[in-house]
Amino acid sequence: MAKVMQKADVVIVGFGWTGAIMAKELTEAGLSVVALERGPMRDTYPDGSYPQVIDELTYSIRRKLFADTSKETVTIRHNVSQTALPYRQLGAFLPGDGVGGAGLHWSGVHLRVDPVELRLRSHYEERYGKNFIPDGMTIQDFGVTYEELEPYFDFAEKVFGTSGQAWTVKGELVGKGKGGNPFAPDRSDHFPLTPQKNTVSAQLFQKAAWDVGYHPYDLPSANTSGPYTNPYGCQMGPCNFCGYCSGYVCYMYSKSSPNLNILPALRQEPKFELRADAHVLKVNLTDDKKLATGVTYVDAQGNEIEQPADIVILGAFQFNNVRLMLLSGIGKPYDPKTGEGVVGKNFAYQNMATIKAYFDKDQHFTNPFIGAGGNGVAVDDFNADNFDHGPHGFVGGSPFWVNQAGTRPIAGVSNPPGTPNWGSQWKAAAADYYNHQLSMDAHGAHQSYRDNYLDLDPTYKDAYGMPLLRMTFDWKENDIKMTHFMVDKMKRIAEAMNPKAINVQVKAPGTHFNTVSYQTTHLNGGAIMGTDPKTSALNRYLQSWDVHNVFVPGASAFPQGLGYNPTGLVAALTYWSARAIREQYLKNPGPLVQA
Amino acid sequence: MKALISALALGFIALPAFAQEAGPDQELIKKGEYLARAGDCVACHTAAGGKPFAGGLPMGTPIGTIYSTNITPDKETGIGNYSFEDFDKAVRHGIAKEGYSLYPAMPYPSYARVTEEDMRALYTYFMHGVQPVTQPNQDVAIPWPLSMRWPLAVWRKLFAPEVADFKPAQGMDPVVARGAYLVEGLGHCGACHTPRGIAMQEKALSDADGKDFLAGSAPLEGWVAKSLRNDHKEGIARWDEAQLVEFLKTGRSDDMAVFGGMTQVVEHSLQYMSDEDLTAIVRYLKTLSPVHPDAPPYQRNNAVSEMLVKGDESKRGAAVYIDNCNACHRSDGLGYTRAFPALAGNTVVQTEDPTSLIHIVLEGGKLPGLKSAPSTIVMPAFGWRLSDQQVADVVTFIRTSWGNKGGPVDADAVAKLRNSENRTTSGDDIGQTAYSNQPEQNPAPR
Repeated sequence: MAKVMQKADVVIVGFGWTGAIMAKELTEAGLSVVALERGPMRDTYPDGSYPQVIDELTYSIRRKLFADTSKETVTIRHNVSQTALPYRQLGAFLPGDGVGGAGLHWSGVHLRVDPVELRLRSHYEERYGKNFIPDGMTIQDFGVTYEELEPYFDFAEKVFGTSGQAWTVKGELVGKGKGGNPFAPDRSDHFPLTPQKNTVSAQLFQKAAWDVGYHPYDLPSANTSGPYTNPYGCQMGPCNFCGYCSGYVCYMYSKSSPNLNILPALRQEPKFELRADAHVLKVNLTDDKKLATGVTYVDAQGNEIEQPADIVILGAFQFNNVRLMLLSGIGKPYDPKTGEGVVGKNFAYQNMATIKAYFDKDQHFTNPFIGAGGNGVAVDDFNADNFDHGPHGFVGGSPFWVNQAGTRPIAGVSNPPGTPNWGSQWKAAAADYYNHQLSMDAHGAHQSYRDNYLDLDPTYKDAYGMPLLRMTFDWKENDIKMTHFMVDKMKRIAEAMNPKAINVQVKAPGTHFNTVSYQTTHLNGGAIMGTDPKTSALNRYLQSWDVHNVFVPGASAFPQGLGYNPTGLVAALTYWSARAIREQYLKNPGPLVQA
Repeated sequence: MKALISALALGFIALPAFAQEAGPDQELIKKGEYLARAGDCVACHTAAGGKPFAGGLPMGTPIGTIYSTNITPDKETGIGNYSFEDFDKAVRHGIAKEGYSLYPAMPYPSYARVTEEDMRALYTYFMHGVQPVTQPNQDVAIPWPLSMRWPLAVWRKLFAPEVADFKPAQGMDPVVARGAYLVEGLGHCGACHTPRGIAMQEKALSDADGKDFLAGSAPLEGWVAKSLRNDHKEGIARWDEAQLVEFLKTGRSDDMAVFGGMTQVVEHSLQYMSDEDLTAIVRYLKTLSPVHPDAPPYQRNNAVSEMLVKGDESKRGAAVYIDNCNACHRSDGLGYTRAFPALAGNTVVQTEDPTSLIHIVLEGGKLPGLKSAPSTIVMPAFGWRLSDQQVADVVTFIRTSWGNKGGPVDADAVAKLRNSENRTTSGDDIGQTAYSNQPEQNPAPR
C-alpha cells in the first residue's frame, strides 16, 4: 500500500528546464508545487566544484550526469519487422539524470525557431503543393505561431542570460555588420547580453562564409559574455571558454541551467518543494480516465509513495514523457498500421553532418582546447525554407556552424583522413594538426514519418517492473537527400578556407540509424501538440486532449525536429503553457481548446 | 478541481491566526519582530536544526561551553512567566529572573541603550508572536570553581554601562542618530567588530568611548571582523553609501561578497531591515573617524596584471594564483561584477592579521541565498589540494599585488589555522534552522 502524501496543487515530474519553469510560474500564481526528480540532487556546488569537475574521464567518458541504463532505458529497432533490443550503452543520444536534467548537461546553444517550422506542413503545401511532401512523411503544424510565442522567447532569454545579437528589434534594423542574423524573425527586445567573443575557428568560418556569399551570424549562446543577474535575481558569472560545458556542471556559474537560473529563486519560495531520487511510475487517473489525481513514485529507499495533486505536469525527458503517458493510459496509443492514435506518433530526431578542416602546422592556431558550448558563428542560408526547395525534392533545412565547444584530452584528437588510428604516424599527425583544425556541422532538421514511432516494449522491463519504451526508427530517403545537399553547400565554406585536408562525415545512401555514435540528444515528438485531437496528443497549450489537468511540456510536443537546437523553443512553449494555466485554466479548469 | 479553486481563494483571504482572537496589538508584535531581527536574537537562541528561539546553541568560551537559553513564551522552560520587568532586566541589565548575572555572550552591554519603548515591543513579540517550545535549558559545561556566577556580577558592574534610553549627541543628524542607535544598541556590531580587553570586555561600546569602537577584532572563530571605521587602511572608506547598503542587504555588491560569521548576520538579520535603517547604519559608520587618518586611498598598480598576462609567474604565489584563483578573480584582481568579488584594493584581504584570507582559501565560502539575492554562489575549498606553503604563497600574492598593501604570510600561520579548531566554524552551527528557510513566514503559529 503506497504511502499517501499531503495533496499539492501541482505535481511536476522531472526537474529540468520545463519542470523548473513550471514550478516558478505556478508558485508565482500562488499554487503549492511538488517537483519529483528521479535522479540525485545536483548543483554548481558541490557537483561543479573547481577543479574537480574538470574531469573528462568522469563526466564525458563515464557519463556522470547521464541516465543509468541498468535501471531504465529504451529498446530500439529499425522497423516493425525487427525485435527491438535495449539501448544498454549510451551512444547516439544522452538522456540526463538528476536535478537540472538536460538543462544541467547541455552545451548552451540557445536559438529560437524559424517561424516557418511552426507551420511546416501548411507552409510546404502552400509554397510547393501538396504532392511535394513525400508519402509517409507525417509532418504537421504546431498550432501556435512565432508571433504568439515571441514574448516567451524574449522572457526565456532574459531568464537564461543569453548572449547574442539581434537583427531587428521591433522592426528596426540593429544587427547589420554586428553579427546579427538576417534570416532571424523580428524580436521585441535585444538579447540580455552581447555576443560572446569568437574563437579563431569561428572567425575563419565567418570570413569564408562571407566569401562564398552566405550570411554568417553570431550564434546566440546561454554561456554568458559577462556577469548577469536575471529577472528572478539569480546571478551568473562570465564564461571563460574553459571548454567544459556539454556533459559537465559549469563551475563558473556561466552556463545557464535550471539549477543556476531558477532553483535559487524557488528555494526562497515556501510553496515549493523539490524531492530528488523520486522515480515516478505513473500518473494516477480517475476511473473514467478523464482526470489525473496525482502520481505514484518510488523514493530512494524503494518505498512506493502517492503524491495527490490537482494538476500534473510531465516535465521529464522527451521519451520519458511519452512513456509515462502510455504507462498511465493518457491518450490513445499510436498504431502505425492504421495511422490512428496519437501517443507515440511523430518521433523525430536530428540529421547531422560534419566537416573537419585541417591546416598546415604553421597556419591558423585554432586552440581547440578552448571553447564554449553555445558559442560560434553560423549561417542560416539553408535553414528552414530560406532557399527554394523546389528543384531539390526534399523537405527540411539546416543551419551550419562552427561551434567550438572545447576538445578535451581523451576524446579530442582528430587527425586528417588517411592517418593510421595508432602508432608513430598517428602521434606525428596529432602533433602537427591538433592545434590547426576546426570542425563545422550541418545541424539538420529531421522530419516525422508514419513508421518512426514510440510504443511500449512487449518484452523488456525496467528495474521497477514497468515495460520499457520501444523506439522504431530509421533514416529515410528524404533525410539522406537533405544531408547530402547540406554537406555540398557547407563544403564550399570549408574549401574557401584553403585547408590542407578536409574530412566529410555524412550518411551514405541506405545508412541505418546507428545507436553507437553520438549525433545529438535532440529527440522530438511522441506527445505532439496540434490543432486536432485525432492527430495530436496535446492542444496548443500543451494540455492533454484527453485528461485536461495533465500538461506535457518539452520537445516531446514537437511534431517534427527543427533545424535549430530545441531548448529555445522548449523554454518558450513552457512559458506559453504556464501562462495559459495561470490566466485561463485556473479560472476555469477544463479543456482550453474545445475539440 | 473545486479543492484547488477553493484553496486558491482561501490563499487570498487567509488572515494571520492571531487576528482571529482579540489580543495584543498586531502592530506592536510586528514592530517587536522587526526589532528582534535587528538584534539578531535568533542567531544565538536557536540551535542547529532546532526550533526558533528555543535555545541550546553551544558557544565556546575560554572557560568552557555555555548554551543559549529558551526565549520562547513556554511557561515551563522558556520565558512565558517573565513580566516586562523580568525581560528588561535580562536583556538590558544582564540579570536573569532568578537573580544571577548572565554570561556576557548575551550582549546586554550593547542592549543597555535600547529604548524602553522598543523593549516593550520586543517583549510583546516574544510573548505573543513567537511559538512556545517546551525545551529545557542545558546547564553550562564549566567546571567548578569557574562555574560560579558571582564574578559575572563583578564583570557586569565593571564593564556594562548604565541602562538608559539612547540619546543622540546634540546636533546629531537624525539619520545618523538612528544609525548610531542601531549599531551601538540592538545591532551589537561591536560584539565582533570591536577589539576586546583583558577581561574580554569590548574596549569601547560607542564612538564616544574612543577609536577602538568598531576598529576590527582579533580572530573570532577563525575570522577577523574587519574595521568598520571610515578608514582607507582597514576600514570602509573605499565604499560609498549605496554600495555598503547593498552589501548589508544582500551580502554582496559589485565588488564585495560576505563571508565568515557575517554571512549569518546578513541572512538572519540585515536582509530583513528596511532600506532606511540600513542607510542610517551606513551613514553612521561613515562618520566614524579613521584610526589611520594618514593612510592614503588605494592606488591601483598594474605591474602584476601585466606580468600575468605575459605569462610571467615568477612572483611568489603567482603560479598558484593562476591555477586556482584566476578564473574567477582574474589576473587583474578585479573579479567580475557581483559574481566574484575583487581582491585588488579590497581591505578585507589586507588586514594586518591574515587569518580571514587564509581561512577562506582553506575552506571556501558561500553567499547566503536571500529573498533579494537568491544565488548561493560558492567559492570551493582549496585546503585539500594546497600545501601550507602554497596557501601562504598565494595569500601573500593576493596581499601584495595590484597595489594591495598587506604583509607577507608564512606557512606556519597557515599550519596554525589549519590545525586549529577555530577553522572548522562553518556557520551552520549558529542558528541555521527551518526558520531561515522560510523567511517570509511569521514564525509564530504553525
